Amino acid sequence: MANVTLRSVRKTYPGGFEAIKGVDVDVGDGQFCVLVGPSGCGKSTLLRMVAGLETITGGEIDIGGRVVNQVEPADRDIAMVFQNYALYPHMSVYNNMAYGLRNRGMAEAEIKTRVEEAARILELAPMLERKPRQLSGGQRQRVAMGRAIVRQPKVFLFDEPLSNLDAKLRIAMRVEIRKLQRRLNTTSIYVTHDQLEAMTLADILVVMNGGQVEQIGNPLDIYQRPATTFVASFIGAPPMNLMPLHSDELSSQVTGADGAGIVGIRPEDFVISGETAPGGVALGLTVEAIEHVGAETFVYGSRQREEQGVAANPGDLPPGEVIVRVPGTSGPAIGERIRAVAPRDKLHLFTADGRKRVGQ
Amino acid sequence: MQKNAIFQSKLLPYALVAPQLAIVLIFFYWPAVQAVIQSFLLQDAFGLSTSFVWFENYLELFKDPAYFAAIVRTFAFSFAIAVSSLSFALLLAVMADKPLRGSMLYRTLLIWPYAVAPPVVGVLWVFMLHPSLGVLSRYLRTLGVDWNPLLNGDQAALLIILAAAWKQISYNFLFFLAGLQSIPRSVIEAAAIDGARPMRRFWTVIFPLLSPTIFFLLVINIVYAFFDTFGIIDTMTRGGPGKATETLVYKVYTDGLLGGNLGSSAAQSVILMVIVIMLTAIQFRFVERKVTY
Repeated sequence: MANVTLRSVRKTYPGGFEAIKGVDVDVGDGQFCVLVGPSGCGKSTLLRMVAGLETITGGEIDIGGRVVNQVEPADRDIAMVFQNYALYPHMSVYNNMAYGLRNRGMAEAEIKTRVEEAARILELAPMLERKPRQLSGGQRQRVAMGRAIVRQPKVFLFDEPLSNLDAKLRIAMRVEIRKLQRRLNTTSIYVTHDQLEAMTLADILVVMNGGQVEQIGNPLDIYQRPATTFVASFIGAPPMNLMPLHSDELSSQVTGADGAGIVGIRPEDFVISGETAPGGVALGLTVEAIEHVGAETFVYGSRQREEQGVAANPGDLPPGEVIVRVPGTSGPAIGERIRAVAPRDKLHLFTADGRKRVGQ
Repeated sequence: MQKNAIFQSKLLPYALVAPQLAIVLIFFYWPAVQAVIQSFLLQDAFGLSTSFVWFENYLELFKDPAYFAAIVRTFAFSFAIAVSSLSFALLLAVMADKPLRGSMLYRTLLIWPYAVAPPVVGVLWVFMLHPSLGVLSRYLRTLGVDWNPLLNGDQAALLIILAAAWKQISYNFLFFLAGLQSIPRSVIEAAAIDGARPMRRFWTVIFPLLSPTIFFLLVINIVYAFFDTFGIIDTMTRGGPGKATETLVYKVYTDGLLGGNLGSSAAQSVILMVIVIMLTAIQFRFVERKVTY
């Protein structure tokens, strides 16, 4: 049980490359913190710094009230689950889990109790004598989890633990990890590039980009009030529609947009309708593509060609393209002209550089 | 399959393989068959009469205490060379595996000795450790060691082992380095987080994961110590003093070419051939299966 506090943590590599540019995060006792961001944003590096696998070149990392900058990974009382599981291939499942306990000189009887308890929780009991190569991906994943929980550490660290699993198993394991963490109530830090994983697991979500924190908060707060256009387009699938406000049909429609240069609207906040709420937005679109997902339908429409692109973030829509989410399977036909309408309170306004949210 | 399209003539593929086949047949199979035939023959001292004696040459060998001594000596040499060169190479590889500045340079330097021919290795070490000329011998004598491998059989044996092991370190180093680099970094990191100190990490994780490499190198080193040390022995000690450094291979040479006992020499070569076949079989069997850990 412990808090994890990062105070202006920096990482500069010998070549001068700055991977982490000053990060402040405070993870409370028993909380599940998710670091999310595109690849290369420094989230894994940050996690490895907490683990002690990377040196810290600036700032402080505090685990349970103790600054651990100079503490060896073994002495930080943490356990880590790696992306490739990093099981010891020459040891049985039992020994994989027992290894960390033996290194700490625990009595064999106590080790047996703990390993069997973990095996029971993770449904690994029938395969304790097997070697990792005789296990499926999901089972290996669970052994890696088991190896972490038998240690009963202060903090769990997860480095993209589900990305090697197939889609179905990933969802199942995601739920299992969440349940397990609730039950053990151990402070956890979890790294992922999958925004859905991030949304569903996190108590605290940390959105990172280019070695910096873009936004920290409760996942729903972040979804509802993204602080920057980067967060707005990274969190949520399909991404938020971001459109420039200047010299455009939009600027006359949106009220109270002083200082704003970009307007963002989530696909689900659009309604295809003839009516317009005061201060809201109405866009004329030509339907270009339709995606049926079953429970919902995504309509890709294009506006007039005159608009220029908004600050380009990874995964952004091409300029002039708008996604509208329609519930169910009904929807317009390709080539049809539609009017997509969003009320004023569903609009997200950002400064022209996308770095700041304006107003509500 | 494109096989037929490429070779329109039936003779062409045979013609292409022929040079290689000819080399193998003339330089490997023919001498081997000759050795087997020779080992059944007995010649008088002047080579005037030859008689077919079946297995008498072999029986003589197994009754000969000198041959038995050579077997024991060869195994002892092989074991000492393999163990010392493997352990030293592993130590160097572990050091070189760390991400340090200039690692390319010293990795390259460590590989160089492998390019030195065995007789040259022998000459190098003789220069360093010759009782009257050697640089190191002087220091040894000032330290009070009565160093004279020309007279002292144990010291001569030590010298051979040293030189032979030194030469093989590069080869082993290369394989160990590759082996170490194929161990996933995250497994070692996991062990570090699991509380294993560097030494314990090495013996409980790295060493077991290297075991296929170690086994492979063990066989290779034994084969090397058995057969490829001829050049080193010939330049350094010529099997002496007495017979202190006469291995099985060197005995084939002394008995046959120097002693003129062609029948016995041939029988010894046949026995060596059987040993090589056995070692190769063991290696193929286990290396193919990749030694499970």
